[in-house]
Amino acid sequence: MTSKVEFRDLRRIFGKTVALDGLDLTIEPGEFVALLGPSGCGKTTALRCVAGFERPDSGAVLVDGKDITDVPANKRDAGMVFQSYSLFPNLNARDNVAFGLRVRRVPVAVRRAKADELLELVGLPTHADRFPHQLSGGQQQRVALARALALEPRVLLLDEPLSALDAKVRVALREEIRRLQLDLGITTIFVTHDQEEALSIADRVAVLRDGRLEQVGAPAEVYDRPATPFVAEFVGTMNHLVGQASPEGTVTVLGHTLPIDGPSPDSPEVDVLIRPEAVQVTPAEDGEAEVLVASFRGSSVRLRLALAGGEVLADVPGHEAVRLAAGTRVTVRLVERPVLVAPRTVTVPAPVTEPADAV
Amino acid sequence: MAAVTGLEQPLVVPSAGPPARPRVWRAVVLLLAALYFLVPLGASLWYTIYTPTTGVSFEAYGELLTAEGFAASLALSLGLGLATIVLVLLLTLPAMLAVRLSAPRLRPVMEVLCTLPLVVPPITFVAGLGTSLRTGAEVLAPTPFWATLIAVQDPAFPIVLVLAYVVLVLPFVYRSLDAGLRTMDVRTLVEAARNLGASWPYVLLRVIVPNLRSALASASFLTLALVFGEFTVARLLGYQPFAVWIVTISGSRGQVSVAVSILSLLLIWLLLLAVSSAFGREKK
Repeated sequence: MTSKVEFRDLRRIFGKTVALDGLDLTIEPGEFVALLGPSGCGKTTALRCVAGFERPDSGAVLVDGKDITDVPANKRDAGMVFQSYSLFPNLNARDNVAFGLRVRRVPVAVRRAKADELLELVGLPTHADRFPHQLSGGQQQRVALARALALEPRVLLLDEPLSALDAKVRVALREEIRRLQLDLGITTIFVTHDQEEALSIADRVAVLRDGRLEQVGAPAEVYDRPATPFVAEFVGTMNHLVGQASPEGTVTVLGHTLPIDGPSPDSPEVDVLIRPEAVQVTPAEDGEAEVLVASFRGSSVRLRLALAGGEVLADVPGHEAVRLAAGTRVTVRLVERPVLVAPRTVTVPAPVTEPADAV
Repeated sequence: MAAVTGLEQPLVVPSAGPPARPRVWRAVVLLLAALYFLVPLGASLWYTIYTPTTGVSFEAYGELLTAEGFAASLALSLGLGLATIVLVLLLTLPAMLAVRLSAPRLRPVMEVLCTLPLVVPPITFVAGLGTSLRTGAEVLAPTPFWATLIAVQDPAFPIVLVLAYVVLVLPFVYRSLDAGLRTMDVRTLVEAARNLGASWPYVLLRVIVPNLRSALASASFLTLALVFGEFTVARLLGYQPFAVWIVTISGSRGQVSVAVSILSLLLIWLLLLAVSSAFGREKK
């Protein structure tokens, strides 16, 4: 049932915009790969090339080594869940799920049983007789998922299926999608622009930019060791701090000396890339930094700190919010672990000029 | 149960106050509209069945139903209506879908093309049609297609009228279908169906048509009503569908001519009722 999917030098141009610019990617059988990128990066186009709704101008899509580029959409073996609600309004949930089986002339009793089984699988066993307009958004997407799985496709394609849902439902449903995918072991391609979504459910995350693959790797790898500055910026947030590299493979930043992750840079003048959660903040009367803004996010607080080298973002646990209101003087430490460096882009290290009572 | 009614009562009593006034207005409007339509209708009905000398009799209607050409012209109009509906839907629906799905930029062009028949006066239209038929016959005479134009003008079932009516109803059909297609996400539904293995005809018949039921019904309504009432084109091309027959027969006697109008009104109502129930049936 599971299949290997390959994109080979996929190219697609719409008028003047280059949607896909030589995309190469191999997805192993049973793997869950998230295509992540900003809007217009070509991730949806890539997915639609697998579904057969889009024809690449050049290149090929291979499933299990077989070129399917010229196979019409209705002859492909890929189930798809769409971003917008796509249930057939005239059919109830059961008939929606059974639609593909009906097309294939499966006997009524068999397809009813199969549809009920799938509705049970997606957690809607009692909603079989409801029509789409009687279902909530999350329920509609569950039915759409069941419908896509009803034909036991070799590949499951998910085109931002959660983006129309509200936050709570989104998290619940994405976990359920992952659970189902692991149970069924189906090769899955998941398109999203939400990096948290991609990191939390995929086996591997492929970051796309302007129709090209920037990096593909396990979520932790993409997050911790971004291959390019674009990936670093797009996946999570990064601080760019002015650092001084030394030939021994260390870098001095904010008064700390940390080992460099990767090869030593050519020039000693570097940007040090540090995640906000790797910045530790402690309130101190004589601290060298000051909290400019503290935005409370529930489980965490994002602080914008002003210090001699410029501004730094820091994430601290939510319960520390009370101690770290705007205006508090603090000391800043960096977590002792290897850091990424990039050629210097911060030209002027903006010094903090505002007096303490400015904010 | 007692508790429920106890709860509902205080809800109903205060709400009975405010809507009372609009309800009076509604009744007034309804009454005026009813008078406007029913008085002339009732008066004509009375005129057809009552003569001072013989009293009430349905003779006029009896005469009408047995009059020469009644059944033939009615059947012709029905046939023309059905043929027009089928042809115009087969023509517009796939075309509109194709434009929506693969050439959205052509939509304004299609809209203008489909609205054009509204602008052309029927007289001009018929004149053009007549000329085309004459010249066409000459042009086609030396080719193997010489018989086509003759076949098209067969008085038993003039296909040329169907073609003319298709053009005439195009604006109305386009409007209804366009409104219907706007209510759904055509692209996503089509792609979802394709993804599930449906061929194009299957998509059209099982996905688009069922969700377009009311739009198709209104398109058929308008087509049927237009074909039944159309006089100019049919008369000038020399055919005798129902509308032309009514005028022919009513020239001679007053009572019969009014009876024929009432009858045709009833007939069209019945037809529209049939069309609407045919389309509305499967919805539930």
